[in-house]
Amino acid sequence: MFVTAAYRRQVLPGFGLSLGCTLVYLSLLILLPLSGLAFKASNLTLGEFWAIASGERAMASYRVTFGASVLAATINAVFGLIVAWVLVRYSFPGKRAIDALVDLPFALPTAVAGITLATLYAGNGWIGKHLEPWGIKVAFTPVGIVVALTFIGLPFVVRTLQPVIEDIEPEVEEAAASLGASRLQTFTRVLLPGIFPALLTGFTLAFSRSIGEYGSVIFIAGNMPLISEITPLLIISKLEQYDVIGATALAVVMLLISFVLLLSVNALQWWAANRHSGHGGRGAGRGA
Amino acid sequence: MSAPALRRANTEPRWLRSLLLGLGLGFLFFFLALPLLAVFVEALAAGWPAYRDALSDGETRSAILLTVFVALFVLPFNVVVGVAAAWAIAKFDFRGKSLLITLIDLPFAVSPVVVGLVFLLIFGAQGLFGGWLAAHDVKVVFALPGIVIVTMFITFPFVARELIPLMQAQGKDEEEAAISLGATGWQMFRRVTLPNIRWGLLYGVILANARAMGEFGAVSVVSGHIRGETNTLPLHVEILYNEYNAVGAFASASVLALLALVTLVAKAVVEWHMRRETRMLAAELPPEKAGVVP
Repeated sequence: MFVTAAYRRQVLPGFGLSLGCTLVYLSLLILLPLSGLAFKASNLTLGEFWAIASGERAMASYRVTFGASVLAATINAVFGLIVAWVLVRYSFPGKRAIDALVDLPFALPTAVAGITLATLYAGNGWIGKHLEPWGIKVAFTPVGIVVALTFIGLPFVVRTLQPVIEDIEPEVEEAAASLGASRLQTFTRVLLPGIFPALLTGFTLAFSRSIGEYGSVIFIAGNMPLISEITPLLIISKLEQYDVIGATALAVVMLLISFVLLLSVNALQWWAANRHSGHGGRGAGRGA
Repeated sequence: MSAPALRRANTEPRWLRSLLLGLGLGFLFFFLALPLLAVFVEALAAGWPAYRDALSDGETRSAILLTVFVALFVLPFNVVVGVAAAWAIAKFDFRGKSLLITLIDLPFAVSPVVVGLVFLLIFGAQGLFGGWLAAHDVKVVFALPGIVIVTMFITFPFVARELIPLMQAQGKDEEEAAISLGATGWQMFRRVTLPNIRWGLLYGVILANARAMGEFGAVSVVSGHIRGETNTLPLHVEILYNEYNAVGAFASASVLALLALVTLVAKAVVEWHMRRETRMLAAELPPEKAGVVP
């Protein structure tokens, strides 16, 4: 009964082995290769780096990538909230199958999503042929990029929100209602503040996935320089022209953005977990 | 307030419920169900015989084999290192733990194209080790090892991320009991830890497998697209599609879509088992402790 904290910590075996194994694998596979990118980029002076990173085509590709990602993540935030709400609160036939289907974008290879969406939204596709008469072109325009990124990002929002909505205690809503709040007031003043951190986390996860997305976008985008060319594609086309340094500079820009987004997701999840002690924060988006 | 009135207060009016249901399900139909259906319809657009021919094509066959081989090669690494990482993080306290968790998440945050480029810079002809590799006649980039390495990078987080919260929630009482009763480390792992985490482990493996077989961007940069040699199934889909061979592209795509469907079903089954075990665990524990289990 007099087990001290220090002793207890040493009861379980394998700390050195498991941590060592993890650190070696992580260093060899992930950290060293990533620092290789920084090493290669250090051949450039700051001025040269800036010239590549802020070139006309690069700037246009950031605008396309970020613009489409923000739009897609916003669409996902709105419809993801509706989908999560419907899946948690309402009952309807086929609910479990539909719930499982939400993960399709995690499971379906991006190239398959890309060629399928391009086919559906092309002028003669199932959806495209109904949009074309209205003058709406989706495939091979920047709108197509938004469609592909919406597909890719949906599960991040839904899966982050679902556990948080499940956790809302009915007493909260009952209290609001019995104090005379309308359903809309209950939602905007009581429920929405509670799920907002999760909504923001889902938005950021979907956004950060969209920034780097390549496979699903290139088939539907049309890939016109300055108009519908995303940054990952610009990296590829620089590589194909043997402009390794140019590709490296753009990759460094993207990597820095990824770091910032990863840190903000962590901060958001910490915020969500600590806002209401003991509630929320479990719905970390999983998968990629 | 009476019970029916409260129930009314706790849900939306009927018209709004129908509207939300319609919007949510309509969105899922157009963005998820329709594309899934379209893959199979397009694959069978020229009839069964054409579909069968497309799939029995030699290059398609070798693409399928390569994809399966890469996944089978990569997954054991994911399992071993994923379990090791989760063991260290969930059962011990040390400084820099949250930094380590962030680093494990890193491959999810990096664009696949950047991942491919990173390994090109190291192992490519002008890369860090390019000269040495060429002198010893070892091919990494534009060959199988390159595909394997980027896939390992991309799929690294899945198993660890699934196991860390699970093992943290389970605590270390059971393992400590096993050790203090005289079990060796290996016995403890096999008889106590592994049965406790098997569903979570399987869940991580299913997700990692789907990503390993479906990865496109990173593999595309390092594979070199050599037909019949370094062409994985997703890359093969791209080549056929760009050659306007729609039936061939969608036939190969349908194989990957089937993989996705199997993944979704397997995932749902494993989730069901995990929920059941959590409930059983919660029933065994006193109520104040049961709340800790997710």
